[in-house]
Amino acid sequence: MTPIELTRSPIVKAALRARWPQFVIRVIALAGFVFAILSGFIGTPVGNHNFSIVFVWIVWWALLMLIVVPFLGRGWCAVCPIPLPGEWLQNGALLKPRGKGFGLNRKWPRRFRNIWLQNIAFTLLALFSAVVLTQPGVTGLVLLLFLIVALATSLIFERRAFCRYLCPVGGFIGLYSQVAPVEVRVKDPAVCAVHTEKSCYTGSKDGYGCPWLIYPGTLTRNINCGLCLECLRTCTQDNVAFNLRSFGADLKQPGGRRLDEAFKAFIMLGAALIYSAVMLGPWGALKSAAYSIGTPQWLVYALSLLGLIYIVLPGTFLIAVAVGRTLTKSKETLKKSFSAFAYALVPLGLMAWIAFSLSFVFASLSYLWPALSDPLGAGWNLFGTAHVAWQPYLMSIVPFLQAGVLIGGLWWACMTARRIAAEQQTGRAITLQALPVMGFCFITTTGLLGLLIG
Amino acid sequence: MKAERIALLLVIVLVMGVPLAAVLARSNSDTIEIHAQMADNGGWTPSDLKAQVGQPLHLRLTSDDVMHGFAVGQSDAPALDVLPGQWTTTTLLFDQPGKYTFYCTRWCGPSHWRMRGTIEVTGAATGATTETITTTAPLYVTLNLDLDAPHPSDVVPNEKPSAARGVSLGVILDRIAAPDRTQTSGAQVWHQLRSSSITQHLSDEQVWDLVALTWRSNTTPERLAEGQQLYAQNCAACHGETGKGDGVIAPSLKKTPMPGMTMTGHETVAPIDFTDAKNMLGASDAILEGKIIRGGMGTGMPYWGPIFTAEQIQALVDYVWTFQFER
Repeated sequence: MTPIELTRSPIVKAALRARWPQFVIRVIALAGFVFAILSGFIGTPVGNHNFSIVFVWIVWWALLMLIVVPFLGRGWCAVCPIPLPGEWLQNGALLKPRGKGFGLNRKWPRRFRNIWLQNIAFTLLALFSAVVLTQPGVTGLVLLLFLIVALATSLIFERRAFCRYLCPVGGFIGLYSQVAPVEVRVKDPAVCAVHTEKSCYTGSKDGYGCPWLIYPGTLTRNINCGLCLECLRTCTQDNVAFNLRSFGADLKQPGGRRLDEAFKAFIMLGAALIYSAVMLGPWGALKSAAYSIGTPQWLVYALSLLGLIYIVLPGTFLIAVAVGRTLTKSKETLKKSFSAFAYALVPLGLMAWIAFSLSFVFASLSYLWPALSDPLGAGWNLFGTAHVAWQPYLMSIVPFLQAGVLIGGLWWACMTARRIAAEQQTGRAITLQALPVMGFCFITTTGLLGLLIG
Repeated sequence: MKAERIALLLVIVLVMGVPLAAVLARSNSDTIEIHAQMADNGGWTPSDLKAQVGQPLHLRLTSDDVMHGFAVGQSDAPALDVLPGQWTTTTLLFDQPGKYTFYCTRWCGPSHWRMRGTIEVTGAATGATTETITTTAPLYVTLNLDLDAPHPSDVVPNEKPSAARGVSLGVILDRIAAPDRTQTSGAQVWHQLRSSSITQHLSDEQVWDLVALTWRSNTTPERLAEGQQLYAQNCAACHGETGKGDGVIAPSLKKTPMPGMTMTGHETVAPIDFTDAKNMLGASDAILEGKIIRGGMGTGMPYWGPIFTAEQIQALVDYVWTFQFER
């Protein structure tokens, strides 16, 4: 599908270029974020009644994984409140550029210009997730840490270094944003090539230089584009477009595939498997091991999680890729093939997370009504919903949705694997090289079907 | 510049103002918040309350873990459920000074009975309706009974004695020196009746039926019904609905035998089997009443003295005998 340029419409273009709508959404999000921290610390310690747990891990998560990431990619990053205080200090302004801000404005260290730190940060969060997701105080602490680290990073390093290189959430949103049907791209790279000012990167009176440290002129994938739309505001050549495109368009791009991003795919897939087993499975001992931080049982759980996402899954996948290479006598290096085929796991992983999220989002969504009426656990009844009883929604259709999503993800992953193989092979060899990777995807999907649907 | 100022105002109002207003609204109240947690995690917080006679004491209660209940001992106020993450409000009004005990009424865990707190009520009594905390020494203290001493019965019936059968025997108990059921064990009553010339024609089992009759003659159906309700709410979790000591909590209690036990105050023993005639028929009402008031020292048996009124304890004692006697 040829991308449809939405910014051709003057109304859409004006709405996207306008600073106020995005600002207001971000400020409301920041207020909600601060409220969630507050509720985590002083609200009820009962998880399913606490605003921070319900709002962040059920409502926000549902919006993020079921709607925003699949349809808007990094749309969340465009309105995320976490870097906002640091960004304001850095810019010395809340809206348009107006002079010098605060901060050392240092360059991010070259050796960390990848998403390995994000991978590590997500893994750390995953190790403690059983507690983080259920104990309001811990949720409050984690959210506060996000805010503090983002602020400190903004004061030391240039632009949104926290979002680009540290944020554990941003890492996987970026990976999965490749499947989203929207993108910001330049209309004509030739225009950029001769445009010496590069105001999209350096900034102008109308906006800031790309906060995500990318040059839009060479942007081919969504992974590092935060959809902040600053380039739309700063481009003096009217050469930046907001496009509607086909799902998964970035996965068709053969260039720019990296090992750190490949590992992110394994981390996310492994985490979906582990979470499904721990949070939805019938194994009490596994649940209590994940919860008993610091005990020998937790240590075994932590080592198993690390082993699965960093050794077992990548190791098995490596074998699958190696078999495919051997069968087709591919001349591509194993490392390159491994990194390339790992992108087939992007749709598979996203669908696994959607299926996992479906299992608890509809079951727990009714906790929102009491939490909204009494966000600080103070006995209020602001909207008359404080005593609404828990009631699972749509539970009769959720397993069918999950099965459909997982099988659709498998099909998508197989098609992606075939397309990647087609970059190296022709004819029958395409299927032959992709087949072991498809087998890996099939086994993983079967495991997820077993864990989530039984 | 104007836009920046409006933006700043928006940030101040939404990001700082709203949370601050919420915190202020939350703390602006004369109501005392009480959080309930299982006893091993802290019980009631706060657990020591103060109140004035005639002044309402507003309470808001919530549970931070499982379902609990709230009641004030020796008061007619109905028990309230305290649910996780939800608030229950109540207002207490005391017309007598004293130290009242509030406690959990839901079986929230093995240490449920430790979930207690106190309300110290000061000021002059206003007379009127609520019951005063009794200061009369209980019978076991007056009689100087050793509640922890074994009290086996030297005789036991072959079948459960029946007051109804006792009635059918046509023996007029008033003609026998009336045994005092409060201070005399079942076995002692039996011996007393057995030695009377008026029961010479009766078998031993028939004399046991007369013992059952003495029990039933000293209680009422209403009292037994009240005792049954109290037993179901407060005792059955350990002693079991059938009185056999097989309640739902019983398996979690340590089965240390009583004799020679080191009483650390943290030990527990298997709950007493009320259907065990050898043990029960050696006890008097005074001993049973004393054990309820004082609790079983070092056994895990709670002390109910500050919780139940004298009438409630009497009703419980009467009901416990139904495990030995048929009505």
